[in-house]
Formats: sequence, C-alpha cells, structure tokens
Amino acid sequence: MLRLDECVIANGDFVLRANLEVADASCVAIIGPSGAGKSTLLEAIAGFRNVKGGRIFWDGEDLTKRPPGKRPVASLFQDNNLFPHLSAEQNVSLGIRPNGRVSKDERALVASALGRVGLLGMGTRKPFELSGGQQSRVALARVLVQQRDLLLLDEPFAALGPALKAEMLDLVAQLISGTNKTLLMISHDPQDARRITNKSILVADGIAHPPEPTEHLLNNPPTSLRDYLG
Amino acid sequence: MAERAQPISPLPGVGAATLVAALVLGTLAAVALRADSGGMFAFSDWAALRFTLTQAVLSSVISAGLAIPTARALARRRFFGRQVLIALLGAPFVLPVIVAILGILQVFGRAGWISEALGFFGLPAIRVYGLHGVVLAHVFFNLPLATRLLLQGWQEIPAEQFRLAAQLNCKGMAMFRLLEWPMLKRVLPSVLAVVFAICLTSFAVALTLGGGPRATTIELAIYQAFTYDFNLGRAALLSTVQLALTAAAALVALRFTRKEGFRTGLDRAIRRWDGGSPAIDTFWISATAAFLLLPLSSVVISGVVGLLELPTQVFKAAVISVAVAVASTSILLFLALPMAAAVAVGRHSFVELIGILGLAASPLVIGTGLFILIRPFVNPTAVALPVTALVNAVMALPFALRILVPAAQETVTRYSRLALSLDMKGHVFFASVLLPRMRAQIGFAAGLAMALSMGDLGVIALFADAQVATLPLQIYRLMGAYQIQAAAGGALLLLMLSMGSFWVLDRGGRWHVET
Repeated sequence: MLRLDECVIANGDFVLRANLEVADASCVAIIGPSGAGKSTLLEAIAGFRNVKGGRIFWDGEDLTKRPPGKRPVASLFQDNNLFPHLSAEQNVSLGIRPNGRVSKDERALVASALGRVGLLGMGTRKPFELSGGQQSRVALARVLVQQRDLLLLDEPFAALGPALKAEMLDLVAQLISGTNKTLLMISHDPQDARRITNKSILVADGIAHPPEPTEHLLNNPPTSLRDYLG
Repeated sequence: MAERAQPISPLPGVGAATLVAALVLGTLAAVALRADSGGMFAFSDWAALRFTLTQAVLSSVISAGLAIPTARALARRRFFGRQVLIALLGAPFVLPVIVAILGILQVFGRAGWISEALGFFGLPAIRVYGLHGVVLAHVFFNLPLATRLLLQGWQEIPAEQFRLAAQLNCKGMAMFRLLEWPMLKRVLPSVLAVVFAICLTSFAVALTLGGGPRATTIELAIYQAFTYDFNLGRAALLSTVQLALTAAAALVALRFTRKEGFRTGLDRAIRRWDGGSPAIDTFWISATAAFLLLPLSSVVISGVVGLLELPTQVFKAAVISVAVAVASTSILLFLALPMAAAVAVGRHSFVELIGILGLAASPLVIGTGLFILIRPFVNPTAVALPVTALVNAVMALPFALRILVPAAQETVTRYSRLALSLDMKGHVFFASVLLPRMRAQIGFAAGLAMALSMGDLGVIALFADAQVATLPLQIYRLMGAYQIQAAAGGALLLLMLSMGSFWVLDRGGRWHVET
C-alpha cells in the first residue's frame, strides 16, 4: 500500500499537499486541470523531487529519503524513455542490471518480456528503427523485467494517437492484471481513465485528493474538474 | 527548481579542474615572483601593449563584421557544395598557423599572386608585413570561426519560428528584427570576445608577419626577452601584463556567453520564405570561399614538388609532432570529460572558470612559468616535448569544453531521470550513457585537440634547442633559412597530417550516431 502522509511538495512557488492512501493492486488515474501538479505528484513519489514536509510510505516502509533507483517504482515519462544508442534488448536489460550486463538466464527473461509486448525477434533493433508504438512497447518490456510494484505513467503514450494510445493502455492493463502491481497514471482524457482505472485521484487547487471511484468522480465532478472537462 | 538527485558525481571534474588550476596558477605565481626583479616597463613594452590591443580589436571587428553577411547567406541558401564549404569554414581553426602564413605570403605577399596582378597594371605590390599583415592573417583564421558561430546561431532559431514569421508575412527588416537581431544580440558579443581573446595571445602570426618595434605583440616580446636577451625577469614582467590582459578579455568573454535555456525546435533544414537577394548572398559566399581557398590551394600546389624530396629531419619532426599530438589529446580528454560532466550536473562555476583559464593564460606565459619552475631540477630542453603536449592540452581545454558541455548538459537533462529510476549511477552512467551520447562531440573535440597540438608553434619555440623540433618549428626554421621548397613540402605534409587526423577523429565520432 502506498501512503502519502501529510506530504508537502514544492515546485518553485507552487505547493501541492497530499494526504492519501492507494490500495495494493489498484489502477488509479490522476486527473485534474493542466498545471495543477499531476506530474509534480508523480515526481515526488518516484523520488525525483524531494518533499518539503510529510513522508511517503510503501507497505509501511519509509521511502521519503530513498533515491529514485532504490524505490519500488518504475516510471514511464512523457518522452526519453529509451536510450537511443542502445538496442531494444539492451534497453530492456537495464531494467535488470543498471550496467546492462545480463547473464544468460536474464537474457532469456529479456527476450520473453519483449515477446510479451509483441516484439519477438526485434531485440537487436535500435529505437530509431522502431515505430512510436513499438518504442513504447520496449519501454513497457523494461518495466516488466524491473519487477517494481508501483508503476507510474506520466502520459507516455500521449504522442501516439487515439487508437494506438488505447491499444497501449489495454496492453498495460493486460500486463499488470493478475499481478500485485499498483498503477498510477496521469490522464487528460476521461475515456482513458474510464478505460483501465477504477479509482481516480483528483489534483486541483494545490491538493491531491484521496482516490475515489473513477465513474463517480467523472459523473459528479467538483467545480474545478467540471471547468476543465467542459 | 527543487534540488534534484543527479546520476553522476561532479567530484572527478572538480579534481581535474584543480589540477589545471594548479598548473596554470602555479606557473603564474612563478612568473609573478620572478617579475619583481624585472625592472621597469620599457617604452618598447608600451608599444607592444598598444599593438596587441589594436590588432586584436581590428581583427575581431573585421572578422565578425564580414561573418554576418556570410553566415546569413549560408543559413538561407541551399546549394551544391554547401556542406563542404561549411566543413571548410572549420578548417582554419585547426589549420597549422605556419601553413596558413605560407599560403598568405604566396597569395598576398610581395611576390604573391595579387602583387603580381597589381604589377601587371603598373600598381605597387602590397606590403604584407606589419599591422595589416597580422590583421589579414587573423581575419583569415577568425572569419571562418566567426561565420560558423553565427551560422550556428542562425540554425538554432527553431524552424517553427521561421514558419510562424512567414505566416505573419514578415519580410526583410521585419524578419531581421523579429528573429535575427535578437539572435545576433545574443551571439555577436561572444563572437567578438572570443576572436579578441584569441588574437590577444597571437604568437606565431606576429613572429612571422610582425616583428620590429612597430608590430610586436606581447607574446612575441616575451619570446624575444627569452631568446634574444635571456632576460627571465623581463619575460616574467611581460607575462604578467599579458596575463592581466587575457584574464580581462576572458572575463568579458565569459560574461557575454551566458547560456540560455535551450529551446528545442525540430532538426529540419531551415527553410525560409523570405526571399532576400540571391546575388548578394552569392557574392558573400564566393568571396569568403575564395579568401580561404586561395592561400590553401597555393600551399598545396607549391608543396607537391617539395613533398617528393623532403629532408629526413622533416620526417623526424613529423613523427615527433604526431606523438606530441596524441599525448596532448589524451591529456585533454582525461581533463575535459570529467569537467564537462561536472558542469552538466550542477552549477559548478569553479569548473567553468578553470575551463576558461586556458584562454586567459597564454601558452608563452605558462611556458615561461614552467621554464622558471623546472630549471632548478632538469634541463628544460630535455622536457620540451612533454611540456608542449601538456600546454597544448590546457590550451585546447576551453574549446573542448565549449563543445562537450552542451552535449553533456543535454544528455543529463534528457536521461538523468530515466537513469536514476534504473539506478544507473557514477561510472556506469558515465560509460554507458554519457560517453556514447557524446561520441560525436568527443570525436570533434579530440580532432580539434589533435590538430591544434600538431600545428602549434608556441611553447615549443621557447623550450626546443637545435636538436629537437616539431614539424611547425622545423618549417619555420626552413623558411628562415630560405629553403622555401622544403618548407612548402613540409607545410603540405603538416597540412595533411593535421587535417587528416582531425577528419578521422571527427568522422569517427559521428559514424553511425543515432539521433
């Protein structure tokens, strides 16, 4: 279980407060107006941004001071999710070992992860030889081998176009279903939120609210969200 | 911005910067202590100071002034050979000074092509020695550099902005004011400052084209105090003056090169919709090309004959030059890479300041200091070559950092989050992200260092005795002995070696680079 205990997250002059819990194995959308602090919230959870006050717990363990690489967190960013000079295989291998030097068994693991995202036999290709959708799949394969319990998506599929984006979200849902992973994803599109999440965190007016059922939130939006959804 | 974790430690870079600082400041301290006994600043020294400033101001203003129309023309024209011409614009920077001077003499000299053409019309020959010769040579070297820096400025204007301007129907002056003038205001001061700083430390040009009481730079005066009078005190005094001068110029250069957050525009070739006059652009492009190509072709043509019957001492000097250049390049990378990484991960103004110190300290000043420091222990001529390699590396450092730092910063900005989330840190990040991502820039910097060191005629002239010589020094000696054919052959060999090694390293760096 992820718990943000009275967290105060600063980004320049902007301050976001969060006091909430996210249950294990849940799929949670983060929705709210632009500039409300959705990315700031994810950055704090991933450890890229120090919190000014409060603490972050994972299963009772205090993560607040841990560096990003030592948290149970795998992230997909808006862009730059792959190293362009490394092949698909090498990029995925980094999820197992930061220096990319994997054993034979681990190589098999990498190959099977690539297979699960539908890139069988494309391991030697470099990112520029892959389409946008395929690049996202490589990043997802790396997330799979990382075996972190918390998956954070900061709109990694935003540039892909509606059909492909839906396809990728379905793939994410399929890959984490039956595991104990928790998904937090920023969403600008209510359809995406409805598609794969059951709970949603509303970020508005400097506050990240505790998760509530996505349908309920979207059907009865508070003023700040209603203005945004239109 | 809140403090963020970084994937790489700045400490090795700070260490490297400290080494450089110790070398530069240590030699300066030695110089300053020695200068106390140097006596008064003579009348001829004031003349040298005045000449140094005059030629540097003239050179930088003329270079930058001519570079503006040329860069603008290159930025908005597509023509066959454009890539080659732009590559060629990089050439004078890595061109051995002695080779260019030979070419300039062959074209502009008393017996050169232009003087002969003038004589055909009954006009007097041009005089290339003295102030105009020095400025001519400096413009030859720095006009291309200024053009490239400005062209880069033009190309950094995102293509989208040109589209937007075209849509708003901006043309001519309006376009210039909207997009180009703000860029020039940002880039031009740094171009002027860089060229000025380079010309301040001019030694080889002044040695060959200047000289005499009315055309002596301070660098040359240091050399003369050394070699003619062996007056270390006076050399040290002059070095102190030179140091104050270059430090001031470097500070100005540093002030003008404040970085802005880089704006990203997609990397397409700039297409522009405002016409401009093709005739004017054609004129500037061909005039610049001719100005650069004539002296170079002249060296090549005259060198081919000499190349066939080179004296063995020239080959020996060539081998020495290659060895010195390889050593110098290795030292440079060993220093510059950690320093670039340190600058990229934080606001390490100490490292940046030390990086620019190479501009502030002239080779002859460091050479003088090292000479003073070393002499009690070993015979300075015995370590002439290692000292040359070291000083060349420190001299190349500011340029290498200018190339490496932006690439390092971009790599860190783009990939530090990903790397941190994968727990890639320290040498792993350095070796498997930073180095591969910066390969093109590393190749470029290494090629530059190699060529600069290969063609350097500076500190070696202080330290070497008659037994040992690098290739540029050997060519200078041949010129002095009026063995013009052998000098031209040696110059062609030097040209091929330095351009060849630059090309190989630069190409090697860009080979199969993925975007």
